[in-house]
Amino acid sequence: MKKEYTITVYTENQIGLINKIAIIFTRRKINIESLNTSPSEVEGIHRFTIVINETEDVVRKLSRQIEKLLDVLKVDFNTDEEIIWQEMALYKVAADVITEKVKVERLLREQGARAVVIRKDFIIFECTGQREEINNLIKTLEPYGLLEFVRSARIAIIKKSDGFHNKVKDFEYRVPSEALVENEFLDQNEGIFSM
Amino acid sequence: MTANPAQNIDTKDKIVKQATGSKALLDALIQEGVKTIFGYPGGAIMPVYDALYDYNDQLEHILVRHEQGAIHAAQGFARVSGKTGVVFATSGPGATNLVTGLADAMIDSTPVVCITGQVFAHLLGTDAFQETDVINITTPVTKWSYQVTNAEEIPHVIAKAFYIASTGRPGPVVIDITKNAQLQIFDYQGYEKCLHIRSYKPKPEVRHAYIEEAAKVINEAKRPFVIYGQGVILGNAEQEFRAFIEKGNFPSAWTILGMGAVPTDHELSVGMLGMHGNYGPNLLTNECDVLIAVGMRFDDRVTGRLDKYAKQAKIIHLDIDPAEIDKNVKSTVAIWGDCKETLPLLTNLIQKNENKDWLQKFKDCSIKETEKVIFPEQNPTSEILTMAEVLKYINEITHGDAIIVTDVGQHQMVACRYAQLNKTRSNITSGGLGTMGFALPAAIGAKYGAPERQVIAIIGDGGFQMTLQELGTIMQANVNVKIIILNNQFLGMVRQWQELFHHNRYSFVNITSPDYVKLASAYNIDAKKVDKRAELKSTLKDILSHDNPFVLEVMVGKENNVFPMVPQGRGVSEIILSKEEL
Repeated sequence: MKKEYTITVYTENQIGLINKIAIIFTRRKINIESLNTSPSEVEGIHRFTIVINETEDVVRKLSRQIEKLLDVLKVDFNTDEEIIWQEMALYKVAADVITEKVKVERLLREQGARAVVIRKDFIIFECTGQREEINNLIKTLEPYGLLEFVRSARIAIIKKSDGFHNKVKDFEYRVPSEALVENEFLDQNEGIFSM
Repeated sequence: MTANPAQNIDTKDKIVKQATGSKALLDALIQEGVKTIFGYPGGAIMPVYDALYDYNDQLEHILVRHEQGAIHAAQGFARVSGKTGVVFATSGPGATNLVTGLADAMIDSTPVVCITGQVFAHLLGTDAFQETDVINITTPVTKWSYQVTNAEEIPHVIAKAFYIASTGRPGPVVIDITKNAQLQIFDYQGYEKCLHIRSYKPKPEVRHAYIEEAAKVINEAKRPFVIYGQGVILGNAEQEFRAFIEKGNFPSAWTILGMGAVPTDHELSVGMLGMHGNYGPNLLTNECDVLIAVGMRFDDRVTGRLDKYAKQAKIIHLDIDPAEIDKNVKSTVAIWGDCKETLPLLTNLIQKNENKDWLQKFKDCSIKETEKVIFPEQNPTSEILTMAEVLKYINEITHGDAIIVTDVGQHQMVACRYAQLNKTRSNITSGGLGTMGFALPAAIGAKYGAPERQVIAIIGDGGFQMTLQELGTIMQANVNVKIIILNNQFLGMVRQWQELFHHNRYSFVNITSPDYVKLASAYNIDAKKVDKRAELKSTLKDILSHDNPFVLEVMVGKENNVFPMVPQGRGVSEIILSKEEL
C-alpha cells in the first residue's frame, strides 16, 4: 500500500549530486512530492529530505539505489509517524482588505502565523507547521484575496535518531587504509536505520 | 618513437616538479599499472595525445576506428584480464560515442576508466565547438563521472577513478578533463593510489549471523539448487565457489555472464539459465526447495515471469551490491558481501550431501534436451549448416581452452549453449545490455588482455556490420583474432520472434551482407567463406592455427531457431523444446 515516506540522504557536498539522485526517481517514473537540500550540522555534509508517496518495498529499493551513489554516505526512510516534520509557507495578501475585514490578531493567534512584512499595499504572513496547518491558513485567507502563496519543502528530524554527527566524525577519523565497516545498521530493522 | 626520460615525471622520490595536467594524467595511468589504452584523438584531447608521444615506451595506444570500438575493446580487455580498461576520447561526438559502451559496462559490471577531453573551462555551457554536457549524459550509465577543470585535481581524481572502477561491484567511470586543465602547468607532488573514499562502500561487512542462518536453510534442503553469475568471476572466487558446490554436491547452473566460472563440463554443471538456457535448470528452478543465488542479479531474461519464479523455494542470495538484494526476487536469507569472503564461511557450515536423486533429475532433463535439440542441432541430417555444429568443431579443435567473444543474437545464444569452456574469463559477451556490434572490438581488447590465449569472435551478420570498421584496427595493429561470421542472412533473433510470435511477419529483418572475403581482403586480412559441411572442420582447424587474424564466413541455415526457449511472459518451467510446444 502506498503512503507518504520521508527519505533522508546524507551526502558529500558535490556538484551534480541532486541530478544523480533525481535520476533514480525519474528512471522509475516516481514523482517527488517535496525535496529539500541544505548543509547539515557537519561541515561538508549535506542533507536531502525527499518526500514521496510509494509502497515500502519501492521506497526500500530506491533508498538502496540512492545509497549506492558514490557521494552518498547514508540513507534513511521513515513514515510520518517516525519523524517530526515541518514546512514553512508565506502568504501575501492585500493590506487594505485584511485590515478592513479580518481581525488580524485573532487570525495570527488561531493559525499560529505571524506577519513578516506589513506594508501599505500588502502584508506577508508566515506559517510554519504541517500540511494541515498551512492549508488552514490558505483557506482562511483565500476569501480575502490571497495574492501569492509559496510553501517550502519538508524538513524532518527522525525521532529515534541520535543524529549523524558522530557517525560522520567516525568516518572522518578513520585511517584511510583501514577496512571499512559498513551497513552497520543492518541489524536494526526495527529501529531507525532501515538500510 | 622512444620516450624522452627527461620529460617524464619521477614520482618515487616525491620531488615536486612542474608538470602539465596531461603529463600528470599519463603518469597516473602508469602508476596504476596501465599498459594499454584504446582511443581516438581529437581537438579537445590533443594535449593528452601530445604528451602520449613521449610515453610510447610505457603506454601502448591502440588506435580504433570509432570510439564505440575503443570502449568495447577496453571492456574485452578488462573482462579477460581482470584489470581496468582505459579509453581516451575527445569531447562532444567522441564522448557521446562512448555512451553505448558505458551502458554496457555498467550493466555488466566491467571496470573501465574513460578519459574524455572537454572544451576550455571558460567555454563550458556556451555550446562551444564539440561541447556536450558529458557528465550529465553519462551519469545514469556510469558508476562515477567527474569533470576536472583544474590540473591540480588530476592525480587525485584519476586515483579515485581507478579505485571506484575496480573495487566493490566494478563499473565504468568517466573523467572529463577540460583542455585548459590538460595544458595547465602545476606543481606535481607525485601520485598516490586511492584506498579510501568516505562515502563509498565497496564491500559490505560480512554478517556471520546471516551465514549461519543460510547454512541452516541449506542443511535442511532436500533439493538445493545453485545458480551463479559473474559475481563469482569478478570476486576471483572460482576456487571458493567450486569448493562450495562440491561439498554440497549442488547442481549448479550459470547465467550467461557466469559461464566458465567453473568448467562447463564439471559434473555439477547442469547448464545455462534463462530464456535460451538449458531445459533442466529452467524447469527444475520451480522444483528446488532452496535456491542459492551467488553473484547474480535475477535478470528478467533469467527469471521469466517473476510471479511464476521459484515460488516454492527458499531463496538465499549472495551479492556484493546491497541494491541487488530483494530487487527482483525476495530472499529468505541475504548474504551481503564479497563472495570470496562469504563462500568459504558458508562452505564451512554446510553438510556434505549426495543429492543423488535430485542430480539425476537434471541428468534426465539433459538426456531429453540432447535427444530433442542438442544432438539434431550438432549433427544435422540436412545439407544446411547449423551454428551448433560450428561450435561443436570449435570445441573439438580448441578443447575448450579458447576465449569465445560473442556479439548479440542467435549466434550468441548458440555459442553460450554449446561452447565448452575450461577456464574462467573465457566467455566475453554483452549480457545485460545486449549490444550488437560488441564482439569485434571486444575481441581486439580480449587479445590484448590475454595475448597468449586463442581469441575467437563469433559474430552474426547483423552485429558484424555494426562495427566492422574495426577490421582497420585489426589490420593496423595486426591483432591475431579469429573472426567467425555466422551468416544466416537475417537478423536472426528478431526473425525468430517474428516467426513465433508475430505470425511470420518478417518486418525488416532480411539483411544483405557485403562480400566479407573481399571486405577482409581490402583490410589485408585473410578470409574464407564456407557453405559446405565437408570443408567446415578442416577450415576451422586451418584458421585457428593461422598466425594472423582471419575472417571466416560460415553460411548457416536461414530460418533455424534457437531452442529451448522460455517464451516471453511465461514462467521458467514453461520452457519449450520446439516450436510445436508453443
